[in-house]
Order: sequence, then C-alpha cells, then structure tokens
Amino acid sequence: MKVAKLEAAAFDEGIDVQIDGRALRVPPGTLVAAALELDREGAGTRRAPRGQHRQAFCGMGVCGECRVVIDGRAHRLGCQVPCAPGMEIRRDE
Amino acid sequence: MTSETGSQVVVVGAGPAGLAAALAAARALRAAHGAKRAAGQGGVVLVDAAPWPGGQIWRARRGVVHSAAEQTLAALAGLEVRVLPASRVVGALPHRTLLVDGPEGARRLRWNRLVLAGGARERLLPFPGWTLPGVFGAGGLQALAKGGWPVAGRRVLVAGTGPLLLAAAATLRREGAQLAGVVDEAGLGAHLRFAPALLAHPGKALDAGRLALALGGVRFRRGWRVVAAEGCGRVERVRLAPVSGRGAGPVGSAREIVVECDALAAGWGLLPDTGLAQMLGCALAPNLGASAVVVDAAQRTSVADVFAAGEATGVAGARAAALQGDIAGTTAAQDLIDQWAAGALREPHDAHESGARRGAGPAAARAPRRAAAAARRELARERRFAAAVARTFVPPADLAARLEPDTLVCRCEDVPWSALASQPDLRSAKLATRCGMGHCQGRLCHGALSAITGSQPLAPHLPLMPVALGALLAIDDDGPVSDPSLEPKK
Repeated sequence: MKVAKLEAAAFDEGIDVQIDGRALRVPPGTLVAAALELDREGAGTRRAPRGQHRQAFCGMGVCGECRVVIDGRAHRLGCQVPCAPGMEIRRDE
Repeated sequence: MTSETGSQVVVVGAGPAGLAAALAAARALRAAHGAKRAAGQGGVVLVDAAPWPGGQIWRARRGVVHSAAEQTLAALAGLEVRVLPASRVVGALPHRTLLVDGPEGARRLRWNRLVLAGGARERLLPFPGWTLPGVFGAGGLQALAKGGWPVAGRRVLVAGTGPLLLAAAATLRREGAQLAGVVDEAGLGAHLRFAPALLAHPGKALDAGRLALALGGVRFRRGWRVVAAEGCGRVERVRLAPVSGRGAGPVGSAREIVVECDALAAGWGLLPDTGLAQMLGCALAPNLGASAVVVDAAQRTSVADVFAAGEATGVAGARAAALQGDIAGTTAAQDLIDQWAAGALREPHDAHESGARRGAGPAAARAPRRAAAAARRELARERRFAAAVARTFVPPADLAARLEPDTLVCRCEDVPWSALASQPDLRSAKLATRCGMGHCQGRLCHGALSAITGSQPLAPHLPLMPVALGALLAIDDDGPVSDPSLEPKK
C-alpha cells in the first residue's frame, strides 16, 4: 500500500516556504491557507470583484476563497494543500 | 498526456465509510483469490481529495493522521490497496471511468465496482457580513485550525445549529482560542426534547458529556441566531437575536445583543455530497433532513455496480458510515467474486446504460449472517439517533427574511440578494447574474439559493470542480483504453 504519509515528519524543525517572495518558516503539517494567515494576519488571499478582501472560508475545498498560485500553478486551494519545503506561494494571480 | 489506471473496486473518499469499504473489499478479494491472487488485477483504489486520509471527522492534525484512520490504514497495509491522496474526482466519464485530478495531473481511473463515500459538506448559509475576513464555516475553522491556522488567543464565536458546533468549539478551544460563546438556533425546548434520544444512546451521551466537560465555562445561547457579522475590513463583532417570535423583531431591536470577537465560525449542519452520484445517474431522495443518495440494505445505488456509503446516503455520523462502508465494500467485492466464479465477468460496460440490478449471489448468502445482522441492527440504531438530531437541529426556514438587499449570496461573483430575489429559478439566476458561474460552480451559492427559495438545484455537470484545461482534454483522449485487468476472465 502506498500513501503519501507525513512527509512532515522529516522536517521537524519547520518547513521553509516563500509567500509573495518573502521567506516564512511554518510548523510541519501547516496548510497553505494557514501559512498565508501566519504570514500576514488578515491579509487574505484574493480580492473579490467589488474589491473586498477574502480569505479561507469553508476550509474543505468547496468555496475556493483560499485559492492562490502555488509553484506557478494558479487556482490551487490553500486549504487542501500542505506546505512543502521550497514551495512558492503567491496571492496575486 | 493522461495516464490511465484501472481497478476492480474504486472507492471515492477516505473518511470512515471509504476506509471501511476499502478494507472490506480488499479483504474479501484476497480471501477469494487466495494463492492465485491475480497480480495486477488492480485490487482496490482509494481516491481522496485531502492530503491526508481520514475525511473530515478523522481529519489529520498538523499532518498527523487521526488514530482511528491510522488503525484502518495499518490494516490495509499488506492488502492490495492503493491510496491516491490529494486527488479530486472531477467527473464521471462513460465506460466506467472517473476523471481524477491529482498531484501527477489528470488521470482516468477505470472501475469495475464503484463505492461512493464522499461524505458530506457543511451547510453554509449567507447572512449580512458573511463575506468579511474572519467569518468561517464552523467545521471550516475547525479544519483550518487542525491545519495550523492560528486561533490561539483569538476570540471566536461559534454559531449556527447542531452538535458539530460543540465539536468545533472544543477543537478551537484546544487549539488555544478564547470562545466568545456557542450559539445554537435550536431552543431550550428542542434541546430538552432531544434528551431522551441522547439517553437512549449511552455512547452518544458519553460523547456529549466529554464535550460539555471540554467546554466548561463557555457561554451557551440556545434559541439565538446570527443577525450579522460586522467590522471594518474584518469581523469585529457579531449581532445576535433570539430565534423565537418569527423574524426576531426589527434589526437593532432591544432584544439584539452584540458579541465582540475576532472570528465567527458558523455552520448549520451537514449536506450529503451527491454531485458525483448524480452525475452517474444515481437516484436521490430526502433522507435525514437533506437530499441523499438512495441505497438498499446492501448499499447498492439505483445504478448497477455503483455503491454508496456514509454521509452521502444521509447524514448519520461516523459509526454509521463505517458500518455502511463495510457492507458496501463487502458487497462490491462479493459481486465480483460471484461473477468470476460463474465465469460471467463481461466486458465492462457503461454504467449509465445498465439499469438492471443483480441480486446478491449465493456466496453472499453464505456470508456470516449473524455479524451482518448485528451490523444492520447497529446501523438502524445510529440512524434513529441521526433522525432525532435532524429533527432537533433544523436549518432556518426564514432565510430570505434574514438577508439585506446588499447581502452577497454569491461570494465568487459578488452577486447581491437584490439581484437574485426576482429570478424565477437557478438557471435564470445563473444566466442573468453569473451566480453559480464562479469558482465554487454553484456549490455554495446554489445550495444557499435552493435553501432560500426552495428552487430545484441544477444537475451537476463536468467538471464537478475547476480543473486545468489539460485535465479536460483528457476526456477526449479516446474511448475506453484496453485494460487487461478489466477484461473477462477465462
């Protein structure tokens, strides 16, 4: 049986990611959505059509409010993707 | 280029139902194959959208898999089960094929028997201010907190209805949040009427007792509801009003109270996730308070060779889900085994076209009947409890009266209630206002509109969720790719 289990365990001291070009170290098992909040509290993820800031809402991959660019791939759901070493996360699309 | 794999039994969802189904199917297949287990037959594939298995109720905390899920995973080790994490089923294609989008890109996944165990999602309802940063689903913030969202020291108000509010509140407190209160729309009377159901299920009463202990000192308001979340750029306070008295009086009336907080976690119970089942043509019916996949006692849906288990068939909790998953996995595998025994495994055909159900084979009849009967009795008990929960914690019936004209019903496209109130149905709403055409594809806003207006939800279509164009190109690769493991066995 193969399962991508706990890559986190290998990085006990933390995982280094880049958010909008800034370095951030997060604890193992941190979701991208959570990393964005750790980076800048309340900064959110995207601007809605009328300009309002939005951030993760449903936490379960339904609403899409937490979508960001991860490693160059647009529209990834931050609440469904754990941080991985070297990951590049961008708020603006 | 799309890769294609096939499997005898494909299970969608790795929560309590899916894990149990995968385990039961893999065990049954191994027992039947014995020494001449057909290598490369595909065995069982377990597809799950989350990065870590366990579903919502057994959700991993900071990447550490929940002990209950870990137990099943340990049992799966050594069996022919492949887990595909972080893989979302985008749709059902003809020729018994699912389109799956995962870390390695899109793949087509063929099945011979399919078990739908996609669970439920939170019932999220619009209210003034629900788009402010700092407002979350109740289960939503619980899930995010387990994924490292910082709640420590923040004042969190938990509101909506249902027992999951308590579970969410307990998790948030454990993660360091200061609970600003728990607000349930079900009144004291409803709670009192619920008490006998709780006492009739000692296990549940124990769970409730544990939660009560974990939530000691927290302010509970029963029979209150959220009027609005307010704040400048993010939620700073929440206005509450009593539910009783229909509409609870004018906005700003004396009976309203204001709770200062940094976050609001609001949810109104769970909705079965039926999108994939609908796309496959499975019949739905109201069950335990929401539209759910119809199954028989063997967990067969109305579509041949497609099974369903867990919350998708009616929200009845983790134990019921595991029991159903076990039945579904066993029946699915037994189906195959009976067919192999009869030398009758036919060319895989299109599930959409075959309506006939096969009865349980002779081998199924020999299956340990006593254990199965005990499981069915336990399942019936769980469902009785679930029915009491559904009667007690009902979603609000006066949603339209709770909205302001400028309340955004569609979060993706910023469509206010004023633009939607006059639309005759969801299709018109979609065409005229783009409500349902954004990233959520209507999963949030059309659910809300159905709840507000009672209008019929639109049938789901491919893709079930947004994917890269490349994944959709995979649909056209060709017809069925020959997969030796799924051809008739001679």
